[in-house]
Order: sequence, then C-alpha cells, then structure tokens
Amino acid sequence: MADHKEVDALSGTATTGHAWDGIKELNTPLPRWWVLVFYATIVWSVGYWVVYPAWPLVSNYTAGVFGYSSRGDVAAELAELQKVRGAKSTALADATLADVEKDQGLLAFARAQGKAAFGDNCAPCHGSGATGSRGYPNLNDDDWLWGGTVDEIHQTITVGIRSGHAKARENQMPAFGRDGMLKRPEIVEVANYVRSLSGLPVRPGSNLEAGKKIFAENCVACHGDDGKGNAELGGPNLTDRIWLYGSDEATIADVVTNSRNGVMPAWEGRLDPVTIKALAVYVHTLGGGK
Amino acid sequence: MSFWTRHQILEKNSILLVIGILLVVAVGGLVEIAPLFYLKSTIEKVDGMRPYTPLELAGRAIYIREGCYSCHSQMVRTLRDEVERYGHYSLAAESMYDHPFQWGSKRTGPDLARVGGKYSDEWHVAHMVNPRAVVPQSIMPGYPFLAATDLDFRGIAAHLKANRAVGVPYTDAQVENAAADLKAQATPDDAGIGDLQARYPKSIARDFDGNPARITEMDALVAYLQMLGTLVDFKSYDAKVNLR
Repeated sequence: MADHKEVDALSGTATTGHAWDGIKELNTPLPRWWVLVFYATIVWSVGYWVVYPAWPLVSNYTAGVFGYSSRGDVAAELAELQKVRGAKSTALADATLADVEKDQGLLAFARAQGKAAFGDNCAPCHGSGATGSRGYPNLNDDDWLWGGTVDEIHQTITVGIRSGHAKARENQMPAFGRDGMLKRPEIVEVANYVRSLSGLPVRPGSNLEAGKKIFAENCVACHGDDGKGNAELGGPNLTDRIWLYGSDEATIADVVTNSRNGVMPAWEGRLDPVTIKALAVYVHTLGGGK
Repeated sequence: MSFWTRHQILEKNSILLVIGILLVVAVGGLVEIAPLFYLKSTIEKVDGMRPYTPLELAGRAIYIREGCYSCHSQMVRTLRDEVERYGHYSLAAESMYDHPFQWGSKRTGPDLARVGGKYSDEWHVAHMVNPRAVVPQSIMPGYPFLAATDLDFRGIAAHLKANRAVGVPYTDAQVENAAADLKAQATPDDAGIGDLQARYPKSIARDFDGNPARITEMDALVAYLQMLGTLVDFKSYDAKVNLR
C-alpha cells in the first residue's frame, strides 16, 4: 500500500503495483471534472439543509429558511385558482339560480364549470351525455322524478335521494309482494293496468278493472289518481312511456314485488356550493329542464 | 499516504468496506425513518378516525386479495388538480390504521381515497359485476363472483387481534363481538346495530349488495369502499397548524 512510483510506459498512467501473470493493473484516476462535481454536490446539500425542511430534531424538524410547505403551496394554488375564476365565480355564488340563466355570460360560465364537474361526479351513473341507463334517469328528457325546475334540481343535487343526508329526498316504495301486501295474481293485474296507462298492450284476458282497483288502493298516494306521478314525493309518472327499469310486464311485476329505491348521493359537503349551483344550471339547460 | 488517497484503505479491505456501508446506511435510516415514530407532527390530530369495523376490515382484505391497489391508488396528493377533482388531500391520520397501507403508486383507474359516499351501493354492485354496464369505456375486469360468494368471516376476531398486535387500538369488546358486529352491519334492522355504532361511531349498517338473505364478499367490499375517506371530520380539522 505504499505509494508506487511505477508508471506504465505505454499509457503513461501509474500502476497499483498489483500484477497477475505479468499484467499490471493501472490506477486510472477518476476524471478531474467528475471529482469536482462530486464535491460540489456535497456543498450543495449543505445549502439545501439550510433552505428546505431537512433535519429531524427532538420534538420537531428544521423548517428551512424558504418556509417551503407542499400543503401551503396547494392552498396558495387553490386561492390563485379562485382569483382566476374571479368575478364570474363571485357573481355565480351571489346570483339566484333564475338570474344565472338570464345572464348569458354567467350562464356560459356556469355551464362550463358544470360540465367539468358532471364528467367526474355524475357521468358514472347518468352517462357522459347525461342519457342515463337502467336505474339511472336520463337528464335530457322532460321526465323528472323529483321535479325539473332549476331550484328542484339544485335541491336534489344538494341533499341527494335516500342518501342518508338529514334533509335527503326520502320516500320508500313498499315491497308489495315480498312483504305480503299483494298476492301474485294481484301484482300481475296491477302490472298490466300500469302498462295500459301509457297505451302499451296488455296480456290477453287481463282484468284491468281489478288492476285499477288495486292501483287506487295502493299506488295513488305517490303515483297520483291518474298515474301521472307526484314530484313532491318522487313518485314517477307512469303514463309517459319513459321507464327507469323497463316496461315489460315481468319488470313491472318485479318492481311491485320487491320495490326499487334508487339512491343518489348528497353532494353538499363533497362539492362546494358554487360547483353545485353550476351543476344545477348545467343539468337544467341540457334540454329537459322545466 | 496523502489525505486524497486514504479512501484506498476502505476500497482494498472488503470487511472495512462492508462496515462502512452499514454505518452510512444506518445514518440514513436513523435520520429519515426513526424520527417519524416519535415526532408528533407525523400524524395530524384529527377527529373521527376510528379502527375499521369488522365488515370493513373483511372488505379491505378482499380489496388486497383482488389486487385493487395495482390499478387504484388511495392517496390524494397535494396538487391543485387532484384536490379539485377528488377533494381534500389525504392526511397521514387517514391511513394510520392501515396494515399495510393502500396508497399505491399507479392509477390505471381513479384514486379511491375519497370514493366513500360518491356513488350508490347499487352502482358499486353493478359496476363490480360488469364495469361496462355503467361505465362503457371502462377497462376494469368484472368481479361478478363477489356477489355470489358468501363471506368467510370465521377468522374475523383473530384478524382484529392481529391488527391490534401491530398497533390498531381495538378494544377487548370489539374483538369479542367481531363476528356479531360484522353480521349486524350487513343486515338491515339487526338488533346489534346499536352496539355496533356505539363501538364504531359513524359506521353505516345496511344491506350493501342488494341481497338481504346473505352476507357476501360484495357486502364487505362495498362497505369498505363506502367508508373510504369519510371518517375524518374536516370541519374541525385545522389545516393551518398542519402545514408540512
């Protein structure tokens, strides 16, 4: 390990003094620039310790003179975003829903924000075009379970349907068959009567009079005397040929037997009030709003 | 030997080199890992976090078994777009009862840290049975067998105990009543729901999979998903004192 003075004649590089089979190992030094960069990184790290959070202490850690905080940064960025949205966002927060739809500029702003929020939060159930699917209402048509005015839509989005929210839109259809309120033949009779309400063909030999009587005794409270529904109670209109679960006799009989109580989550607390407002305006102006 | 060539001593003695490496790595561990166990600022003070109910814990085990973490993260990062999309960024406190945590590192599907309450149970079941039924462009595989498989919860009390062994503060009463609590949470109008909610505040008891006659793996998984991200009470959370 002594310092070797021996220099390889061919390359001009010092050897380690280690030889094997007459071949001597060269002691090629690291390039000077590489060594300097290495030492520079060590110096750099000291600067890093000073300005950024770095060393743990007994009850805390060194915060660094820059005061860097990833959580502080995101809070500042969100405040910045509010500023970018700025006056329009404040106007949307302050305006009544009816006024939003009268102001073209505000309406365009609300629809743009509503569309973005819809894509992430609503589209999984209602579809990206809000066309709905089995069990999830189409929002483009004129059929509304809990009312289609912009205020009613706003309320539905805010509190949800059977969502567990304290003010949720709440109404349970009984499971007439499962809980023994109606017998199977009665269910078939009322299912055929319900089909007749929207002019669908009924099973030959159906006793529609009997079905009507069962309907009057069990269904009119929510679906109305004429089957046109009641948005106050979320009772669907049964006369308009728009069906949430299907219009065939078997499906209707199944709904009467087991009931369906679809759930929509409450968005209050999850989305901020301005976004909920924008969503209500967006949904209301999709084409079906009343 | 000059100062600049002394590194050769380490390089030419393998035992010395190994000892040197161990020392350096130990410093890294001591500085970067050990303080997290004693610094109070590691886990924020929050209201509402509680250990998972037995049904949620069973659902969590299914989540791990099916490898959900390979496509779904559970970590809303401190980035503007993530907070805008998913809600408040995740807190350390929210995964303090996770063994192992499910933060994940890949998002083929969306982040699930705050999925609780975002969709209805019915949607989750339909989506799990066939994702394309509700999200046409989804590439997630279907898990229809979950709804058809009875949940095996014979070992649930032992599962709670194992979690207690690694630091989750389950009480004796929670361990003893694990199976009863699990049944109560998945059965509407069960007599044990009051006890369950006394032991696990804010736990939701209902028939999650739409089949009241059985307790299936789907019940457990949906119960777990519907709880995710909903426990911390952000009204009482002070973001200013928890800047990091």
